[in-house]
Amino acid sequence: MHELSITKSILSITLEKAKAVPANKITKINLTIGELSGIVDDCVQFYFDIISKDTIAAEASLSFHRPPTKLHCRNCGTTFTPDNLNWACPNCQEQKIEIISGRECYVESIEVE
Amino acid sequence: MEVKVLTIAEDILGANKEKARRNQDRLDKHGILTVNVMSSPGAGKTSLILRTINGLKPKTRVAVIEGDVASRIDADKVHQQGVPVIQINIPGGCHLDAGMTENALNNLPLEEIDLLLIENVGNLICPAEFALGEHKKVMLLSLPEGDDKPYKYPLMFTEADIVLVNKLDLLPYLDFNITAFSQAVTGLNPKVKISPVSCKTGEGLETWFSWLEDEIRKMKNRHS
Repeated sequence: MHELSITKSILSITLEKAKAVPANKITKINLTIGELSGIVDDCVQFYFDIISKDTIAAEASLSFHRPPTKLHCRNCGTTFTPDNLNWACPNCQEQKIEIISGRECYVESIEVE
Repeated sequence: MEVKVLTIAEDILGANKEKARRNQDRLDKHGILTVNVMSSPGAGKTSLILRTINGLKPKTRVAVIEGDVASRIDADKVHQQGVPVIQINIPGGCHLDAGMTENALNNLPLEEIDLLLIENVGNLICPAEFALGEHKKVMLLSLPEGDDKPYKYPLMFTEADIVLVNKLDLLPYLDFNITAFSQAVTGLNPKVKISPVSCKTGEGLETWFSWLEDEIRKMKNRHS
């Protein structure tokens, strides 16, 4: 839901790094955004096309790596991917859960010319 | 032309986190306990804030930052209580961020505040991801919203320091299972404190007030 703020940050991080090289053009941006982050790829792409105009990232393609939600049971130690809304441990049925993956939200790398 | 791959591995929300850290340093210097108040629209954030101002005065000097998509309805209600209040409007926005909070701090009398309550935009998704510089996060969940919300919006419940289950006066008319709800929340967040309240009748609010007073005392001891 907060894709505009996220996209602005992505653009500012990548422009800063490309400037330091210095690069003429950013051709690709690789993003890692976990399933639990609530970020919709198409929405980021939509904002990116608008706000990257007139920058060296204007034609960059965005690639999304979406790590799935992984949970760890604090009772028996099982690691599992939740099934729909059921966040109970499939092994011991306890709901003592810790999120170990799915919240990622970072710029992995960029490709520049 | 040669293509170079640059590894970045930089947190997209890093800039906001950095600004939030600066806000927190500033609040620490003034010994102001700052609480980010989060819930869905209509769960009772403003009612809780009004109750809190009245429950803690005159001992605790409260100030409020109000975040809304539009209008200054909430700020007007708080202003009537005679405490400093800043209204932030973010048309099209879904959460407050550290930059907006910084602007609000620039316009508050920081020397004269013990407790700063920040009412975030009503939303169970985005506010959980954006630090403001707060020391504690309180989450309100009102009974009509249903007891399954921890599974639908896990991050918010994972982040909260205290969850207030509001509109307790409606319990006889609803199928909300407080035990099941509490189990789900403590499963995700074992350190969380859960407290049922009614901002309409005042029931249960004493627990919330003493929690706040305790946190304010700890804050003063740390920074005096």
